[in-house]
Amino acid sequence: MSNETPATVPTLQVSNLHKAYNGNEVLKGVEFAVNKGQVKAVLGPSGSGKSTMLRLMALLEPADAGEILLDGKRIGASDANGRIAHHSERKLAVQRRDIGMVFQKFNLFPHLTALDNVALGLTDVQGVGKVEARERAFEILDKVGLAERDGHFPSELSGGQQQRVAIARALVLNPHVMLFDEPTSALDPELVGEVLEVMENLAAAGMTMIVVTHEVRFARRAADEVTLFDGGVIVEQAEPAEFFENPQHERTKQFLSHVH
Amino acid sequence: MIFDPTIFFEQLVNPAYFWGALTSIGVAAFSLVIATVLGFFLAVGRTSKKSYLRGPSHLYVWFFRALPALLVLLIMWNALPQIIPALRSDWYTPFIAASIGLGLVEAAFMAEIIRSALSSVDDGQELAGRALGMKPGSVMRKVILPQAIRTALPPTGNEFIGLIKYSSLASVISLKELLTTAQVGVNITFRYAEYYAVAIIYYLVIVSIITIIQSRIERRFLWTSRGLKKSTSPLSLNTRALATVPKEK
Repeated sequence: MSNETPATVPTLQVSNLHKAYNGNEVLKGVEFAVNKGQVKAVLGPSGSGKSTMLRLMALLEPADAGEILLDGKRIGASDANGRIAHHSERKLAVQRRDIGMVFQKFNLFPHLTALDNVALGLTDVQGVGKVEARERAFEILDKVGLAERDGHFPSELSGGQQQRVAIARALVLNPHVMLFDEPTSALDPELVGEVLEVMENLAAAGMTMIVVTHEVRFARRAADEVTLFDGGVIVEQAEPAEFFENPQHERTKQFLSHVH
Repeated sequence: MIFDPTIFFEQLVNPAYFWGALTSIGVAAFSLVIATVLGFFLAVGRTSKKSYLRGPSHLYVWFFRALPALLVLLIMWNALPQIIPALRSDWYTPFIAASIGLGLVEAAFMAEIIRSALSSVDDGQELAGRALGMKPGSVMRKVILPQAIRTALPPTGNEFIGLIKYSSLASVISLKELLTTAQVGVNITFRYAEYYAVAIIYYLVIVSIITIIQSRIERRFLWTSRGLKKSTSPLSLNTRALATVPKEK
C-alpha cells in the first residue's frame, strides 16, 4: 500500500451515496470529502442522515448506491456491470482497519480493562505481541490523560473517561481517518469538555477527522470546514467563520438560529 | 426396624457410593459439554438470517424438547444398536450412551439459554468490534461470547444440577450411577432409610460443591478492578511503583 498520496486525492471521499431503510430514503446522493489533515464538522438536525453517512463510510453498513474512496481507492464494494457488488465481511474487516470510529455511546468492551480495550485491536487485528500491545496501548491512554486508569473496567469510569478510552482504542491502530459519531451527545454536560479537549489535540496534531456533532463550540474552534447536513443531502459547506457569521442558505440560517 | 446409624455410616464410606457419585457427575459433565457445544450452534442457527440454518435448528429444538429424557435413553441403549451395528461394540458403554442421550436432550434447552444470552449483548459491541477491523469469528470469540457467558452462567449452573439428577434415569440402561448404587444396596438388605439417606447426603454434597464452583466462576465475570489476576494487573501500578516521589500535602 502506498503511503504517499497526491495532495489532490482526498483521504476519504464519498460520491452519490444513497441509502434507504424500508423504502425510506435517508441519504439522497451525498457528495463529501475530507483531505489529509483536515477536520470536518458535520452539523444537522436529528434524523438528517449524518450518522448514517458515517456508518456507511466506516463500512458498517452497505450503501445502496454510490462510491466510497479511501486514499483514492474504492472500498466497501465494487462495480459489477453497473450494479453495486458489496465485499464480503472478511474483506470489509481488512478495509475498516484504516478507518477509526468513535461511537456516541462509546461501546467499550465491558469485560476488558481500559488498557485491554485499547490493546485488543493491536493483538487481534494487527497481530502485535501481547506485551508490546499493552505498552503501546498504555502510551495512547497516557495521551488521552488516562494512564492512571488503565486497570479500570468501563463500568468504573465516567462517561467522559469511557469516551476518551474509546478514542484511544481507535487511535492506537493509526487510522488514516477518524470518524466521530456525536461523541459528546451521551455525556453529562460537565464531561463534554475533557472529550472535546482530546479531540482538539488530535486535530492540532494533524489527524484527519470527520466529526458529526452538535457542539458548535468544537466546530468553531477545531474544524477546518463546517457542513450542514439536512434531508439526506449536504446543504452548505464553508469555513467556520464564514459558516457561522455569514451562512448562504436559508436552511443554515434557520438551523443556526435554533442552536445558538 | 428403626434407623440404624451403623449401617448408615458404613455405607457413607462405601466406595461404591463414591464411584456412583463420580459416574453421575461424569455423565452430567459430559452431557453438559455436548449440550453446550451443540446448543451454541443451534442458537446461532435459530438466529441466523439464512433459512436453511434456521429450519433444522428449529426442528431439532422442537423434537428434543418434546421427548422424555427416559425415552431418549432407552432408544440410545436399546434401539440404536439394533439399527447401527457399530454401536454393538464394547466401547459403546451405558456411560457413553447416557452422556450422549442426555446431551442431545439438554442441547435443546441450552440452545435457548445461549440464544437469549447472545441476544442480551448490546448491538454496539459487535459494531465496535467490526469497526476495529476484527473478523466475524474474532468478534464472536473475543467480544460477544465473554459477555454472553456471563449471562448464561447462572442458568447453566441450574441445568448442570438438573443433569446430575437426570443422570439417575440412566439406571434403566444399567448405568451404575449414584441412585442405582443405593437401589442395589436396598434390594439386598431392605434397609431403605439408611441407603437412601446416604444418597441424600451425596446429592447434597455434590450440589453444594457445584454451587461453590459456580459462584467462584461468576466472580471472575464481575469485571471490576478489585480482585484482578496478576497477568492482567495494570501497567500504571508498575509506573507508580517506580515513581517513589511522596505525595505533597
